[in-house]
Amino acid sequence: MASPAPVQTLDLSARFPGVLSPDTRPGYSGWILDNSNLLKFATALRDELGYDYLSSVTAVDYLPEDKMEVVYHVYKTTGGAGVLFKIQIPRSDPMEVHSLVSIYPGAELQEREAWDLFGIKFTGHPDLRRILMWEGFSGHPMRKDWHEPYFEEEAKPLKSRWPDGKMIMAENKNRYGDNITYPDGFNPERQTFDPEKALYEALRTYQKDEVGLDTDHIIVNMGPQHPSTHGVFRIAVVLDGEKIVNLKPVMGYLHRNHEKIGERNTFIMNMPYTDRLDYLSSMSNNFGYALAVEKLMNVKPTERAEYIRVMMAEMTRIASHLMAIGALLNDLGAYFTPMLYALEERELLLDIFEAVSGSRMMCNYFRFGGVARDFPESALQKIKDIFFERLPRKIDEIDRFLSENEIIRSRGIGQGVLTAEDAIKYSAAGPLLRASGIPYDVRRAEPYSIYDRFEFDVVVRSNGDIYDRLMVRFDEIRQSIRIVQQAVKQLPEGPVMALKPMYQVRVPPGEAYGRVEGPKGELGFYIISNGKPTPWRYHVRAPSFINLTAFGPICIGQKVADVVAVLGSIDIVLGEVDR
Amino acid sequence: MSDMYGKGILKGLSVSLKRFFETYVDDLSWLGKRYHTDKGIAHRGSKDARGIFTVQYPEEKIPVPEEFRFVPFLVYDEGPNGEKTLRCTSCGICAKVCPPQCIWIVRSTDPATGRPIPDPAKFFIDADICMNCGLCAEFCPFDAIKMDHDYELATFHRNVYDETRLSKSAQYYENIRPVNANREDAARAAKAASRTGQGE
Repeated sequence: MASPAPVQTLDLSARFPGVLSPDTRPGYSGWILDNSNLLKFATALRDELGYDYLSSVTAVDYLPEDKMEVVYHVYKTTGGAGVLFKIQIPRSDPMEVHSLVSIYPGAELQEREAWDLFGIKFTGHPDLRRILMWEGFSGHPMRKDWHEPYFEEEAKPLKSRWPDGKMIMAENKNRYGDNITYPDGFNPERQTFDPEKALYEALRTYQKDEVGLDTDHIIVNMGPQHPSTHGVFRIAVVLDGEKIVNLKPVMGYLHRNHEKIGERNTFIMNMPYTDRLDYLSSMSNNFGYALAVEKLMNVKPTERAEYIRVMMAEMTRIASHLMAIGALLNDLGAYFTPMLYALEERELLLDIFEAVSGSRMMCNYFRFGGVARDFPESALQKIKDIFFERLPRKIDEIDRFLSENEIIRSRGIGQGVLTAEDAIKYSAAGPLLRASGIPYDVRRAEPYSIYDRFEFDVVVRSNGDIYDRLMVRFDEIRQSIRIVQQAVKQLPEGPVMALKPMYQVRVPPGEAYGRVEGPKGELGFYIISNGKPTPWRYHVRAPSFINLTAFGPICIGQKVADVVAVLGSIDIVLGEVDR
Repeated sequence: MSDMYGKGILKGLSVSLKRFFETYVDDLSWLGKRYHTDKGIAHRGSKDARGIFTVQYPEEKIPVPEEFRFVPFLVYDEGPNGEKTLRCTSCGICAKVCPPQCIWIVRSTDPATGRPIPDPAKFFIDADICMNCGLCAEFCPFDAIKMDHDYELATFHRNVYDETRLSKSAQYYENIRPVNANREDAARAAKAASRTGQGE
């Protein structure tokens, strides 16, 4: 088997005799345990061994073997390799697994997603509702035997395209109301079913304050069409006067089942689709996906390609953070001036992306074993111009423009606090985690690519409030500029592809989890190949999505006007939240 | 915190004021040539840009870089008598690698023998579904399908392009992508030379 297994630094089977058995399938790693031991094992893992950070929870449908698997990736916030463990259950309803929310509250939204898309019932989950699909949707779409209404074939390329391409326009195949299954008792003509009922019931589950006046609480829906939700995102809040007593994020309005599409696509076809996850940082998304597939293929990119990748990923981080800073200021009421100052600098970076990859935002630049093409000399000159002469000065200017502003300070300092303990608990990632005082950055904690060769500091701030999240982004931009400057100086000559370009790559069977530090946080791709041209499982650990787990707890107790500021400081992109 | 409330706001406003004047300083120092000139547009996208650097589209357009990619087109070579031969051999790689599967090809068959001949009978691209990823151009072994630079495609109807709408000359391709075209021409010439060399 080509893919090297991650080094198991500690022998968990000796520590937990009879509980764990190693996963011996070729290409797989980690441990398999029984559902009955899950809670005991996870508690010991967190409390005794220090694996305090639950990175990802997902499920895999092994239809041919007639079983379901729930996969957990757990890490230490002090860094190092993680522990991967799995629960296998027979593939017949009800598929019940213990919920880990009581041990790792960061599992809350991820378990809801696994329930929604796979139908795995997490017993003990406090709020197990659908999350991306609407309540009452028929079936669980990520199961391998579930087919969408205008289903054509199990895998691309679709046979109807060549050699006798009978051109049919998509809308003619997909007439309204044609070939759609409704759940039992659902009549679209006469709405007898209230899809919102579950949400409002969940909203009412909070501790009533017995002290003070017995006032009525009201439910307010912000969004889905609201200018400060950064897209089609809905926030349902319960208010006591102006104070928030409960908050539930409602998402899925932009859901297109990216993962199902990804499992129909061949490996290379997924690359442009990853651009559309967090569409402000497509290079970073490419990076994570390329890393995961390269782990499976056991390919190492060429030197020059590694440097180009790092440069592009850091430029993306700057572009994304500039957007985050501008949008947060918009949310705070500084109407568009800071946003446009930030966009100007971002635009110059996007010009470089356009010259290098051919597109400003949907870059589709990384390939397995390198990058799509070498960049032109003019683009390198532009990077040098901007990173040595313009950007450091301009970032200082935006910093001077904003960071001492009394309004920003009073709206930001001490507001929307996420403590260090909670940040780890809720699996917060990226600037959200580091503003709370946890110096956890995948580039340092588990260096990938060539990040171990660069000098940079892991930015950290201690208060965990809105202002610190803003400042962390400024500091990270400065660190990214440092990295790009070093990379430009060290950039070696040579080829940019390690493999011959192939439109159909051969990926040996096995599993891989590639994670990168994206601008929004830890972006992971969990990929299972069974040797076919398409991945068997393609899961995205989306940082924007998982950071929303902490959104409710941050907001409870705050005033309603701070919700937009908190959301702006978390910095979500709906393309990634809803996938 | 600053000792005087409002100091931070004033500091920020001074930044705004500086930027406000920079536009006019630049306008004056360029003597009216800042707009509608190639040099002016290039300056507004460079490291020295300051003030307002909006490009007044559609009166002004930013030149697109060579690698810029938009909906693909089919390259044809022109013969000495003006006959157009598509480079496409209908091998189907573009249709197989297309992520949204927006390429439809009908292969031609020789009417006498019924065997396929390397020439597409029909070639459709559903331009409204195309995601401009460029994979078809990247993996085409015959340099027959290339990404275009023409991004102004808005119409009142659906854009399904057939082979006549898609065909553009090799000369056009060389104009929009000189570096790539020359490199590929050289590679093809070298390949052809080595093949004839082996044949002899």
